[in-house]
Amino acid sequence: MNILSVENLEVVYNDVVLVLKGLSIKVERGSITALLGSNGAGKSTTLKSISGLLATEDGEITEGSVFYEDQPIHKLWPEKIVRLGIFQVMEGRRIFEDLTVEENLKCGGFVRPGKEFSQSRELVFEYFPRLKERRKQLAGYLSGGEQQMLAIGRALMAKPRLLLLDEPSLGLAPLLVEEIFGIIKRVNSEEGVTILLVEQNARAALNIASHGYILENGRIVLDGRAESLLNNPDVQEFYLGIGSTGEKRSYRNVKHYRRRKRWLG
Amino acid sequence: MEYYLHLVLNGLVIGSIYSLVALGFVIIYKATKVVNFAQGELVMFGAYICFALTVQMGLPFLVSFFMTLIFSVILGLCLERVILRPMIGEPIISVIMVTIGLSTVLKAAIQLFWGTQVRVYPQVLPSEPIWILGLPVAPVYIAAFCLSVVLFVIFSLFFKYSTMGIAMRATAFDQQAAQSMGIGVKNIFAMSWCIAAVVSSIGGIILGNINGITPQLGHLGLKVFPAVILGGLDSLLGAALGGLIIGVLENLSDGLAQQFFGLAGFREVAAYFILVIILMIKPYGLFGTPEIERV
Repeated sequence: MNILSVENLEVVYNDVVLVLKGLSIKVERGSITALLGSNGAGKSTTLKSISGLLATEDGEITEGSVFYEDQPIHKLWPEKIVRLGIFQVMEGRRIFEDLTVEENLKCGGFVRPGKEFSQSRELVFEYFPRLKERRKQLAGYLSGGEQQMLAIGRALMAKPRLLLLDEPSLGLAPLLVEEIFGIIKRVNSEEGVTILLVEQNARAALNIASHGYILENGRIVLDGRAESLLNNPDVQEFYLGIGSTGEKRSYRNVKHYRRRKRWLG
Repeated sequence: MEYYLHLVLNGLVIGSIYSLVALGFVIIYKATKVVNFAQGELVMFGAYICFALTVQMGLPFLVSFFMTLIFSVILGLCLERVILRPMIGEPIISVIMVTIGLSTVLKAAIQLFWGTQVRVYPQVLPSEPIWILGLPVAPVYIAAFCLSVVLFVIFSLFFKYSTMGIAMRATAFDQQAAQSMGIGVKNIFAMSWCIAAVVSSIGGIILGNINGITPQLGHLGLKVFPAVILGGLDSLLGAALGGLIIGVLENLSDGLAQQFFGLAGFREVAAYFILVIILMIKPYGLFGTPEIERV
């Protein structure tokens, strides 16, 4: 069963820039689905067109539709979409620096009734004990890793059924990336939250995902089970940095550039 | 000595009205990062509506007071719906320009309906002075001061503890992120403009009771500017104290200029002298939030 299906989506920014060119993805209920691609491929735009945040950036869905629980949502305001159970954790963490950790969490739970707050907060502190120590501090003084934890914690406060994560590994040390991804997996299995994960770090993403899509230039160019993508020689070469022989590729051998272009079509 | 005490007391009263209007200013700034140049005109709007209801329609003062507050809420909602909603997502500077236009429109509309002459409120509170520190003080002055303090306390608690207040602060920091959390930016805007319109109207009504009203009342908005900047733009406590400080300093310096140099009307510019000095010494104001920089 799919919780979300995006069909032939076309998105235009500022009335001229065509960013998504007929993109279709499906997200299975209870799964982790990874959306991979290089910079500017349209990953973030895809998430924003699902969560309804496009409008504030002068973006517009010109073609296609987004169905959540078989209900079209691409014409709704973002606050309505959040109430339906979709929550986007935006790229670059975007925490409210002037507010304390606890106040940030309160904002995350804005759409939930007030009496749920303390219970949800305890859940977040269980996932991220470090936030508990710093609950009274201004969020702007947290480290990058803690800010990412806060961003995810804030999302948990809203008790979403579908969580859209935009590059949770951005700017974090490898060890922290591992920790964050471990928590994402736990949230998925323990809270039963479906996750659509956008990542540059293809290996980390495909390791926890069950299904993956690869996006280039506003189109899906490849999709499949996560294991089959991990074993796909093209994916290995272009996203995981492994040559067909299994060693790291050297830049001396630049012929792969031509192959990549053909593959992109 | 009595002369100076009198100056200070008068300054406190006028300052408490500045504080009220500054409160509205800060609330809009806190929630939307918009500097509202139409704040003074909101004061004028409240004053004239209340005037129309009490004098022209003959309603009892308390009734027209509360009806004015309702009108202010409606004005706030209309402003949001008609003028500000189309501006969501546009650069802040454009919205600020819109408020300048708004101030002109409001002023013109009021002159259209009520003309430009001074209008006087009927006496509401008794004129019998109350003696404080051996000085006679009119009850309306005391009422003005108390009302400002009460409103200030209410809004401070609102921003500190209520979910809505926190959401307003979050929206001020990052509109899009707030939106991603289901905080309706439209509602936040509407709410902050309503609150600003209401507190400004209260200020306007008090002023009307003290001095009578003219379309020049809108200039008060410019006077409040130094108060807000002294307080630090985004701090409620700053707005309250800033208003009082500016009121007192303005009155004192005016009195001194008159006594020693025979200069009249220094009052009008004193606040700006103070403003320049503040900006040189404390650019974030007394209680403003400096930007957080992690190192």
